[in-house]
Amino acid sequence: MADIQVHQVRKSYGKTEVVHGVDLAVATGEFIVILGPSGCGKSTLLRMIAGLESVTAGEISIAGRVVNDLEPHERGCAMVFQNYALYPHMTVAENIGYALKVAGLPKADRLAKVASVAASVGLTEFLDRRPGQLSGGQRQRVAMARAIIREPAVFLFDEPLSNLDAKLRVQMRHEIRRIHNQIKATSVFVTHDQAEGMTLADRLVVMNKGVIEQIGTPEDIYHHPASVYVAGFIGSPAMNFLSGQISAQHHAVILANDARIDIPAALAAQHDGALTQIGLRPEALTLVPAGQGQITATFDFAEETGPAKLYHFRFEDLTISVLSPEKHDLQHGQPMAIKAQPDAVHLFTAETGKRLTAHDVARERVPA
Amino acid sequence: MIERTPVLNIATHVILTMGLIFLLLPMYLVIVAASHSLQDVVSVPPNLLPGDQLWINLQAAWDKGHLGQRFVTTFIVAMGVMTGKIVLSCITAFGLVFFDHRLKMPIFWAIFITLMLPLEVRIVPTYAVAANAFLPFQTLLDLSGLTWLVQALSGIEIKLEWNLLNSYAGLIMPLVATATGTFLYRQFFLTIPEELVEAAKMDGAGPLRFLWDVLIPLSRVNIAALATIMFVYAWNQYLWPLLVVTDQSYAMIAVELSRLVPKFSATGGEVPKWHIAMAGTLIVMLPPIVVVVFMQRWFVRGLINTDK
Amino acid sequence: MRRAYFKNNWVAGLMVAPQLIIVFTFFYFPTSQALYWAFTLEQPWGGGNTWVGFDNFRTILEDPYYWSSIWVSVVYAVGSTVLAVGMALTLAIFADRQLAGYKLYKVGMIWPYAIAAPAVGLAFRFIFTPGAGIMMFVNQLFPHLWNPVDDGNQAMAMVIVAGAWKQVAYNFIFFLAGLQSIPRSLIEAGAMDGARVLRRMRDIQLPLLAPTFFFVLVINITDSFTDSFGIVDTMTAGGPSRATNLMVYKIFNDGFQGLDYSGAAAQSIILMLLVIALTFVQFRYIERKVHYT
Repeated sequence: MADIQVHQVRKSYGKTEVVHGVDLAVATGEFIVILGPSGCGKSTLLRMIAGLESVTAGEISIAGRVVNDLEPHERGCAMVFQNYALYPHMTVAENIGYALKVAGLPKADRLAKVASVAASVGLTEFLDRRPGQLSGGQRQRVAMARAIIREPAVFLFDEPLSNLDAKLRVQMRHEIRRIHNQIKATSVFVTHDQAEGMTLADRLVVMNKGVIEQIGTPEDIYHHPASVYVAGFIGSPAMNFLSGQISAQHHAVILANDARIDIPAALAAQHDGALTQIGLRPEALTLVPAGQGQITATFDFAEETGPAKLYHFRFEDLTISVLSPEKHDLQHGQPMAIKAQPDAVHLFTAETGKRLTAHDVARERVPA
Repeated sequence: MIERTPVLNIATHVILTMGLIFLLLPMYLVIVAASHSLQDVVSVPPNLLPGDQLWINLQAAWDKGHLGQRFVTTFIVAMGVMTGKIVLSCITAFGLVFFDHRLKMPIFWAIFITLMLPLEVRIVPTYAVAANAFLPFQTLLDLSGLTWLVQALSGIEIKLEWNLLNSYAGLIMPLVATATGTFLYRQFFLTIPEELVEAAKMDGAGPLRFLWDVLIPLSRVNIAALATIMFVYAWNQYLWPLLVVTDQSYAMIAVELSRLVPKFSATGGEVPKWHIAMAGTLIVMLPPIVVVVFMQRWFVRGLINTDK
Repeated sequence: MRRAYFKNNWVAGLMVAPQLIIVFTFFYFPTSQALYWAFTLEQPWGGGNTWVGFDNFRTILEDPYYWSSIWVSVVYAVGSTVLAVGMALTLAIFADRQLAGYKLYKVGMIWPYAIAAPAVGLAFRFIFTPGAGIMMFVNQLFPHLWNPVDDGNQAMAMVIVAGAWKQVAYNFIFFLAGLQSIPRSLIEAGAMDGARVLRRMRDIQLPLLAPTFFFVLVINITDSFTDSFGIVDTMTAGGPSRATNLMVYKIFNDGFQGLDYSGAAAQSIILMLLVIALTFVQFRYIERKVHYT
């Protein structure tokens, strides 16, 4: 078992720096998901942990040992690749057992281990086939088995589910989590799919443009996104953003058309007059009878999602989406009153996009 | 990838350097020989450093082999083969990929089979054709009885004749008559999404319009690839021009080069003028080397895609 | 299968026609002509050809010179192929490690492909001539050691080295492309599995290169039968005493020097069958090409 420490790690290709000084601590047995759009540096970070890319600056240690200069196989990591990277000329059994063969394990021991690992992922009857004769899900299992058999201290996953169809993806997600709960290896999983991140992770790491935007539990990140970027990336349907100015007098953010959204008084007092980006999740908005709302917007169109319906409104030149389990019969162009739950309002500075919070100190000084 | 393999890295460089030496040394020796006088070339111990006669020898080779004129001839042939191949391959592949007719597969195979037998193995009868390019048609007419019929009816004897010996057409056409380029184009055309054809139809573009406005602009890389390999292929031709040219004003450069030195034989005779021959070798080699080195990307691509 | 086609088939006909005419004139007609000549004999005083069945084949197959030419061709094929394929494979697999200087190595190994066969022949004839340069020096140190003008084996060795030298570049290009089409992640997976450089070459890269290897092997053998004319003609002219008289060279000599069209045609037919057989072997391996997942 091993923890991973990433300290001020940078990566440059020639003059272009793609990872700008990343710090990350992964505890033993923890399942970490690194989430971000393509090109954000998440795969590069993973490959640096694996030893497939060299570290330009900074330090990576696994189980207390600095691994910067160690070769991949010396680090005790196993990896599941995006395209599975199965050896096409070897059978499933040979693929799974190759690492043991290289390590010089006697054949009998090797076959016994291959058989038991294959059984644990349901591959027993496919051991003599070649990867080309397997379905996508089966290949994925071979890739998993190949990693498991080495009993690695650290499991690395590089977008392993992105080549599967939607249904299989969910199924494999559950399987990965189940295997993790069994073997409890420290795991780092890279993906661009926020649903995958939310469901798999003990803790999420959100990356953007080579830096970490936020680290936290999925719940924490969903409810307290540290920046506009994180808030917009996490959660589906995506968060609505409106701009306005904080007014301490009204305990509210004043939007265009004098619309007001109530916010906690402490927060308002501390940032009086500040220009802000206000973030409202569609599921935290409700449609209310005229006069009781905070924003009046005109109805555009609706989308059925099954358990709820997503209503899209026009407000000024922006779109506001509201997720509502209730049925509303709305006409295009019809004005509608919308109300936000006060505890689900997210504020970010207009300049940097960072989250605005009420400091404890501030709260003491300015009583609500 | 992080890998500490200092010993293997040194071994790798040693192996690759030895390979380079094997490939470059002969050329170095050619340059050395081309830069000395004959006396110095045949001296013992041998000169291993370049001398100062290079320019003089190059000029001598240039004059002795009439290389100026041969350059022009060879260039015309290379351009002809190149253009002929590109145009023919392109339109043939177009006709085979974007239309649906019963003869499609038979035609495809008829052209494909030509890949199997290079010119060298059918050189003797091909030469007979070059003496009269209409011979195949004459034979067809004779065999089908048409010649006899026409003669019986009108008294005119059909005698088709077109002599290709000592002509650019004779040098170029047989070299164009294989399927290499056709397959390069066919493979490329097969990767063109069908939607593009459908969109063109919706836009009212006919097949020729589609070829000109869509396919040709898209196949620029293909054209460059084919052009480089065909230039080198044609420039280096030896056996065919040796046969088909007797009038020296049509001689190609590789053939002329071989004349700078008397044929290999046991009976001795005069000492070959190695310094001039090597200077000539340098001159003849230069254009294709320039093409291969500077257009390496296209050249490699063309080579791999036409042969595989 | 495609569904979107243009309808006007006359356009297709027009597009395909030029190629078909050229291929008929310069490929099918000569090939059938070769067949015709191979089974007939030209009358000495005109009057066309008479059918002689397999007589022409019988004549050449009874000719010891023909058998020696086959033997010489096989020696040349095996020698130049082993040398050229072995070297190119070694160079490609190490060049593919892409250490410093990779681009330089690559250009250095590709350029000989650009050189015409007679230029290669002439250069090597000079390098190996006992009358000048290095070999003259060697002979001075060890008298009568090297004399390809008299010694057929030495002449053959010289032709093989020149032929292989020319072919290395071609093979190198194909091997390097083959190696680079192996997905990078397979090599990385191998590294994660603990296989180091040489082990990965053996367990992953070489097995996956097998289709390219067979392709290159067959092309080399075929080329050695057909493409060797320029080198032989400039280096040895088939000599000494027919020691380097390859099949292609003998066809040329019998046909154009000896004006024995029927004999040359029969030899052409045999060579064609040989080349066709090799091509079929090649197709078998191409079909078994490994598909990457």
